[in-house]
Amino acid sequence: MHARNSHHLSEPFAVRRIIIGATLIFVGIFLVAPLLLVFTKAFENGLAAFFAAISEPDALAAIRLTLLAAAIAVPFNVVFGLVASWLIAKFDFPGKSILTTLIDLPFTVSPVVSGMIFVLLFGLQGWVGEWLDEHGMKIVFAIPGIILTTMFVTFPFVARELIPIMQTQGTEEEQAALVLGAGGWKTFFRVTLPNIKWGLIFGIILCNARAMGEFGAVSVVSGHIRGLTNTIPLHVEILYNEYHMNAAFAVASLLTFLALATLIVKKVVEWKLKEKLIASSSSWTPLPLPTKLTEMNEEPL
Amino acid sequence: MQADTSNKRISNRKKGRRVLPGFGLSLGFTMLYVNLIVLIPISTLFFKSFSMTWDKFAGAITDPRVLASFRLSFGASLAAAFINLIFGLLVAWSLVRYHFPGKRIIDALVDLPFALPTAVAGITLTALCADNGWFGRYLQGLGIKAAFTPVGVVIALTFIGLPFVVRTVQPVLEDFDPDVEEAAASLGANRLYILARVILPAIRPAALTGFALAFARALGEYGSVVFISGNIPMHTEISPLLIVTKLEQYDYAGATAIAMTMLVVSFALLLTINLLQARMNRSV
Amino acid sequence: MDAPPFANEVNGDERGTVMSIEVQHLTKRFNGFTAVHDVSFRVETGELVALLGPSGCGKSTLLRIISGLEIPDGGEIHLTGKETTQVSPRDRNVGFVFQHYALFKHMTVYENIAFGLKVRKLPKQEIECRVSELLGLVQLKGLEKRYPFQLSGGQRQRVAVARALAPSPRVLLLDEPFGALDTKVREELREWIQQLHEHSQVTTLFVTHDQHEALEIANKILVMNSGRIEQNGTPLEIFDRPATPFVAEFVGENNFIEAEVTEPHLVPWGPFRFPVNGYPLGEKIRIYFRPHDVYVSSLPEYPHVDVKAKIMKTRFRGPMTELNLHIGGNKQVIAHVPKGVSLTSGFIEGSEVYIGITAFHAFSKS
Repeated sequence: MHARNSHHLSEPFAVRRIIIGATLIFVGIFLVAPLLLVFTKAFENGLAAFFAAISEPDALAAIRLTLLAAAIAVPFNVVFGLVASWLIAKFDFPGKSILTTLIDLPFTVSPVVSGMIFVLLFGLQGWVGEWLDEHGMKIVFAIPGIILTTMFVTFPFVARELIPIMQTQGTEEEQAALVLGAGGWKTFFRVTLPNIKWGLIFGIILCNARAMGEFGAVSVVSGHIRGLTNTIPLHVEILYNEYHMNAAFAVASLLTFLALATLIVKKVVEWKLKEKLIASSSSWTPLPLPTKLTEMNEEPL
Repeated sequence: MQADTSNKRISNRKKGRRVLPGFGLSLGFTMLYVNLIVLIPISTLFFKSFSMTWDKFAGAITDPRVLASFRLSFGASLAAAFINLIFGLLVAWSLVRYHFPGKRIIDALVDLPFALPTAVAGITLTALCADNGWFGRYLQGLGIKAAFTPVGVVIALTFIGLPFVVRTVQPVLEDFDPDVEEAAASLGANRLYILARVILPAIRPAALTGFALAFARALGEYGSVVFISGNIPMHTEISPLLIVTKLEQYDYAGATAIAMTMLVVSFALLLTINLLQARMNRSV
Repeated sequence: MDAPPFANEVNGDERGTVMSIEVQHLTKRFNGFTAVHDVSFRVETGELVALLGPSGCGKSTLLRIISGLEIPDGGEIHLTGKETTQVSPRDRNVGFVFQHYALFKHMTVYENIAFGLKVRKLPKQEIECRVSELLGLVQLKGLEKRYPFQLSGGQRQRVAVARALAPSPRVLLLDEPFGALDTKVREELREWIQQLHEHSQVTTLFVTHDQHEALEIANKILVMNSGRIEQNGTPLEIFDRPATPFVAEFVGENNFIEAEVTEPHLVPWGPFRFPVNGYPLGEKIRIYFRPHDVYVSSLPEYPHVDVKAKIMKTRFRGPMTELNLHIGGNKQVIAHVPKGVSLTSGFIEGSEVYIGITAFHAFSKS
């Protein structure tokens, strides 16, 4: 609709070509070339080398830890995202904008600082850290720290995705359910959830991608203990710093596949949401469905 | 009867309950979770900085190595944000206004820097820019050394900030009513005039927001930079890296001072841009 | 659920004795703005009542308070004799039709209508039976598998009504039921709502800003303005005996003049003398008279049609013609005459006629 092709309202042919050309070159250099390079390097020495790199014990340990951190952080943040978006989209209360800002905070904090605050909180120089140490508990430079940091870094994703969707949908359908006698949970699961389904899926995918890919924050709290506190991105770093280039890229390609899958899901969800938007717009769009009944039923009694 | 009604009135107001269910539960849960995961951890940073003396704080951030890192971090972030502003506008414009093969794929790819783990981006860009890399060998011919120099830092920061301007400007351009352009054309305005006077003012706030977001993101970036920069003290050492270095040396005070300074400066910049934007919106 | 299984099974003894809706001293404020101000009224069982008023007068808020979707700051609500002021909307058993229908987008027509029944955990067979009955009632048989976006505006509206009626509500509340529809569909649906009401006999209260809708369908009208009820009466009473200047101005078209009581029981205005009672001398009076209550004739007809006037402008308005008349002294009167009368009598611009005012309403200015 927006791409109008009326000639008097577009740029001259040459200008158009230059702009498109610049776009393609910029995207080619910054986005396409890195993607190609990852896969070229990953498979340079053949499939056998690739599989050897990703099935080596340290790599497997890193994959296990990454999956564990995501498996804990993502569900927590999904529940939080659902609850927080319900709160923010459906109710008005004092301090709402402060809360919204707080939810966004982990996005604006440097990943390094995100990791650092957990080191400050649970590290040995703080009183919490001392107490934990006395009781034989270790949080930083151990798995709990990695999980906590991952939760912090991926905290806003689901809520951020759901709040605008719920806000545009308003509260009328929920009110209708309420008047029809449905309770809170029933309203949520039968009316609200189906309406935000695609946004929720997208939020989970984004949250998961970040949980599995986070580097800076996790690097600060992990302590880089091989086979113990290494996640996939940290393992990539170690391999790279030890000049195992192809192994590093082989493991990196796993994360790249994850990124590409995320992009595909994002596009699919966007289409679905757009479809819904068109479908729910009030104007009646005639569909290729049997219409003879419609005609008949348009007549009043 | 009268007394009865006034009693009811008071009781109604006192209850102040909301019609949709779940307010108390969701408020309680959200506050608990936000406090545990965000507020308490973040506050340690403030406690730590307030426990330092001013002299110690000032000493930590005026150390030449720290100052050099600030210069590089702010300078490179600003440069990258500018590159992204210009190319981001071009990309958004082509994606919205033109048809060309591969448009959908490019549209999807723009989000790659959001989705790709920064460590992967870091090693990939380094490999591309290294002297024997796909780009490095040509850049070398031009006399430019990218890897392990500030140029490399700018390249990495451009990569990670790429989606911001595109994704903030794109929806505004899509929603831009072509009627306005047609009206301007029917009033005799030429294409350049329409661009400068009709379209540009409409997308300026979004472009500025994208610029600010790209800048803020670049300032804190770590993973994609540490590989390509080479981390040479005083030369290619960014501030987040210095924080990590200090943490590894258990210099928590020094790390906190750098982190606080960066937070305050980037917050001030974002605030300025927000104020600027508010003023621009008012004048429009 | 204590409601009868079907809406039309209203107990005969209840009719006329138990009020379906009774509200007392309802007040609702939003951030210092009083949307509903000390409103009290009653609706008898089986009535079809219109809540008429300009936009922003608080009529939708009042409807939402009755349904429980807004909580009043003061006052009481009784539904079918029971105090429900503090009852949650889910337990009030009222049917509510939203202005934009608020159909569940992801559910089919069938699922939408069945929702209120499923929530009440009725047996599946009973649900099927009830939904099928309602589909017949709203004439949507054969469309049960469609989604809301596959329906026209009028069809969506009927699904919304059927969904609201499904759990056999104590009262049916409709918020601007025709607001979002084309003129033609609106007119069809007016008749349909009336027939539906006759068939179901469920007490119905609907909000509208369209006086024609209210006058045509309702058997009672509540006129609202600035959060207060201005008049509560039958359509005929509202139209013929407006209780306040607002009602006179809001319902129907009017000539409006302001004059003073200068002689006992008489308000002179140009050549006219309006007889009024109970106002002291010197009182400022507002007088309203409807254009169709201006009698126009080409010849004087004594004693009442004797004021000479000149036709300044004629305007064709379908079945009638609007005449803009000058009666001297810079005074103007608008008259409506049937199209046929206007043609046969030769009422054209510039011609001279005689007029008389057959009915008017007077209100004190203060």
